[in-house]
Amino acid sequence: MKSEELRRTPLFDAHQKLGGKLVPFAGWELPVQYSGVIAEHNAVRTQAGLFDVSHMGEVFVTGPEAEVALDWLTCNSVKKLTDGKAQYSALLNERGGVIDDVIIYRFSAERYLVCVNASNAEKDFEWMLSRNKHQAKIENHSSAWGQIALQGPRAVEIADALPFSRKIGDTPYFGFAEVEFLGSPVIAARTGYTGEDGFEFFVPSETTVALWEKILAAGQAHGLMPAGLGARDSLRLEACYPLHGHELGEDINALESGLGWIVKFEKGDFIGRTALWEVKERGVARALVGFVVADAGIARQGDRVFLGDGQVGIVTSGTKTPTLNQALGLALVETKAAPVGTELLIEVRGKKLKASVVKKPFYKRTEK
Amino acid sequence: MSHGETVPSELRYTKDHEWVRLEGDCAVMGITEFAQSELGDLVFVDLPSIGKTVTRGDTVCVVESTKAASDVYSPIGGKVTEVNVALKDSPELVNKEPFGTGWLVKLAGVSAEEVGGLLSAEGYTKLLSGK
Repeated sequence: MKSEELRRTPLFDAHQKLGGKLVPFAGWELPVQYSGVIAEHNAVRTQAGLFDVSHMGEVFVTGPEAEVALDWLTCNSVKKLTDGKAQYSALLNERGGVIDDVIIYRFSAERYLVCVNASNAEKDFEWMLSRNKHQAKIENHSSAWGQIALQGPRAVEIADALPFSRKIGDTPYFGFAEVEFLGSPVIAARTGYTGEDGFEFFVPSETTVALWEKILAAGQAHGLMPAGLGARDSLRLEACYPLHGHELGEDINALESGLGWIVKFEKGDFIGRTALWEVKERGVARALVGFVVADAGIARQGDRVFLGDGQVGIVTSGTKTPTLNQALGLALVETKAAPVGTELLIEVRGKKLKASVVKKPFYKRTEK
Repeated sequence: MSHGETVPSELRYTKDHEWVRLEGDCAVMGITEFAQSELGDLVFVDLPSIGKTVTRGDTVCVVESTKAASDVYSPIGGKVTEVNVALKDSPELVNKEPFGTGWLVKLAGVSAEEVGGLLSAEGYTKLLSGK
């Protein structure tokens, strides 16, 4: 993609001011880091970090048919959602492959927000329109909204120091509060993509800079650092959150990619159900496993995974992560290679490195 | 891009941002301040085996950040006689002192002429300012 085609979030100038190193990502120009990936990663694990996630898309589904439409379009049970709660779910194709993973926020039985991934926003929106057999009202409001993620053990303290119309610290995990900030509506959701506690704020584009600056100022006393895409990726990998284009894709079915827990066969029909039911009956062929590398070296996306002499899969994400200081990653492998403790070989630049399957996630925060 | 990178005058450089210091018929090499700042925090350096023979342009080692692995090309031909073993536990030395304790590889049997053909500090500075 040429640089002139890259889109900029409302925070573009703010990133430049902070010394952010801007790179192309999913069609957007976003900071990969400010001070350094490791320092930013560690700040999120021990204090707090602030991310611009304005590239994420916002699709609103409304009207009397909203619930039934979303229950058809996504694999988790939308009927189980209550007002003010969010749900992790996915859009599947007819083959049970994953078009995108999403979070659905319910304001009322007739109004939902579907948060989709940046690179998929247009595709997801078109898909939802094309499969909208219940004729709910589906609108893409992505360009009207910015999004900021405040994550880390001190995120809630910082959030409660912000001049919202009310305190949000008591918002439950996967719940959200609708508040006002400088006269603008803000959706404060207790969700995240780092493995830490925190909030994701949906904020109108024109108010995004003001909220960003207010959070940075409020966080100063709490060790808050702005954090880029680099830290976001290493944090999510330690927490084993899947990423579209790595663990998730249209040719990997939802049961293989570890999304079985959000596939609700019992809720009734939905796109992909028939195909996934067949997969379930026949037995799932592949599984997404966590691995750690024993030899010196780092396995990365695309590296081939062997059990003995035979290739059994491929690495979907891998790095050496700052918190654990260990080369680790996720791999999609044949189920025979999936049990915890299985000794694997991963080919990195022609050399086979020893690795073993370990329990996921690599990192889990200790509850306070 | 900032142009304040240090470019020690006694070293020779490549357009791929490696440096070389001639020591008799041996040469020490590493990556430049500019290269390390572009790569970001390094978490692993894949060093070559002692005795490996390289010619100019061969991949001599691989430096890895959390995001990506990047090849480092040998600026000159020679035989690897020493690698910076400190980088096994402390790859961050390349970020902290790319021209000093963050050196990568020592080559023997090098040609002074080949080293002389590389960019001078002045030439390399010009290359950086063209960015």
